[in-house]
Amino acid sequence: MNRYVKTAYDGLITNNATFKLVLGTCATLAMSTSAVNSFGMGLSVTVVLLLSNVVISLLRKVIPNTVRIPAFIVIIATMVTLLRMVLEKYIPSLYDAMGVFLPLIVVNCVILGRAEAFASKQPVLDSAIDGLFTGLGLTFALTLIGVIREFLGSGSFFGIKVMDFSIGFFTNSAGAFFVYGICIALFVLATGQIEKRARAKRARALRRPPEGPLDPPEDGSAEKEVQ
Amino acid sequence: MAATILLIIISAVFSQNFILVKFLGICPFLGVSKKTNSALSMGAAVTLVMVLATLVTWPLYTYVMVPLGIEYLEIIFFIFVIAALVQMLEKIIAKISPALYKTMGIYLPLITTNCAILGVAELLLVNDVSDIVSGVMQGISMNLGFALLYALFAGVGFTLAMVLMGGVREKLEKLPVAKCMKGFPVTMVAASFMAMAFYVFSLL
Repeated sequence: MNRYVKTAYDGLITNNATFKLVLGTCATLAMSTSAVNSFGMGLSVTVVLLLSNVVISLLRKVIPNTVRIPAFIVIIATMVTLLRMVLEKYIPSLYDAMGVFLPLIVVNCVILGRAEAFASKQPVLDSAIDGLFTGLGLTFALTLIGVIREFLGSGSFFGIKVMDFSIGFFTNSAGAFFVYGICIALFVLATGQIEKRARAKRARALRRPPEGPLDPPEDGSAEKEVQ
Repeated sequence: MAATILLIIISAVFSQNFILVKFLGICPFLGVSKKTNSALSMGAAVTLVMVLATLVTWPLYTYVMVPLGIEYLEIIFFIFVIAALVQMLEKIIAKISPALYKTMGIYLPLITTNCAILGVAELLLVNDVSDIVSGVMQGISMNLGFALLYALFAGVGFTLAMVLMGGVREKLEKLPVAKCMKGFPVTMVAASFMAMAFYVFSLL
């Protein structure tokens, strides 16, 4: 597998920040009341993640090892401040909906985690791909939870009324924990099944070559003996 | 005055509980709540840092940043203050009481990236107490005393949720749970039931 594809796949599925690593949970739980909000939050985190990964990767040889964490945090905080200004000016509705969770992107563990584990050691292009796809994996997970909660909570899909019912449980905090927990369980179950199937396939593929060439001569000799 | 103080306390501890209602500080809530003891230590450390951080950030914002017109730098300033404070506190506790450092010290570095600390610093930047505490009369302006009170009891609420969760998880460890629900999922579902209980306080 190409190294870039592998990085992307890891970020999206294998190390999915929301479902597999369970990082950045505060934003996930708080912003998933509606699909639009969770999608906006996911994209905001993706933008910050991509920018901070690129900048940290560019500066990885300049930043001294002993003060790297404060340096990373300042870089991330700068990105978030810029994002906040842009959102306040151009998407005020999302800015209002995010409230205190917009500045809190700074302390989202996913961003600092990728900076520390990946961007501080890898070249720029790798870090950019890692940031982008980790962010997209997070956006996908957040949007999924948002869609489920919005549909069950108010019967609508991305703000459009689909069915005429509402279950208040799913719009308040208890529902957030519940849906998130069930989603993690299902994701772990699904990826576990896929991996098991892939492993079984690989094992079969490994077993077949020695069996394949060996069988015909045996058969042939057996036939000869019979003859 | 007394009513305002009481409302701030009840709101910060129960009806606007930082973990279960506001979703701030979920990472330590899920990560460090395996045992009641460690949950209590983490809660105490968070409460201490919350109060100290508010003591610095609130005057810094109100008396320095607003007059200078540099409010837009608040995120960078606040995170720097919190990081420096945590580092300093770690050194001080290690020097003064090695025993306390052993129980609490390992959690201190984690606190820098705890949303609850930055969250309380950001939330308190309002002009009116009624903006963050529902039920309080409008027109009571925010001051350092109310800010510190809110921070202290937000920390108490945080500790309460952590300790309750620690108790639940100690029991959960011994129960048979479906394989895919082990770990985070079952903890989340347990937290969901706790959140339901706390939700009732906001209906009062």
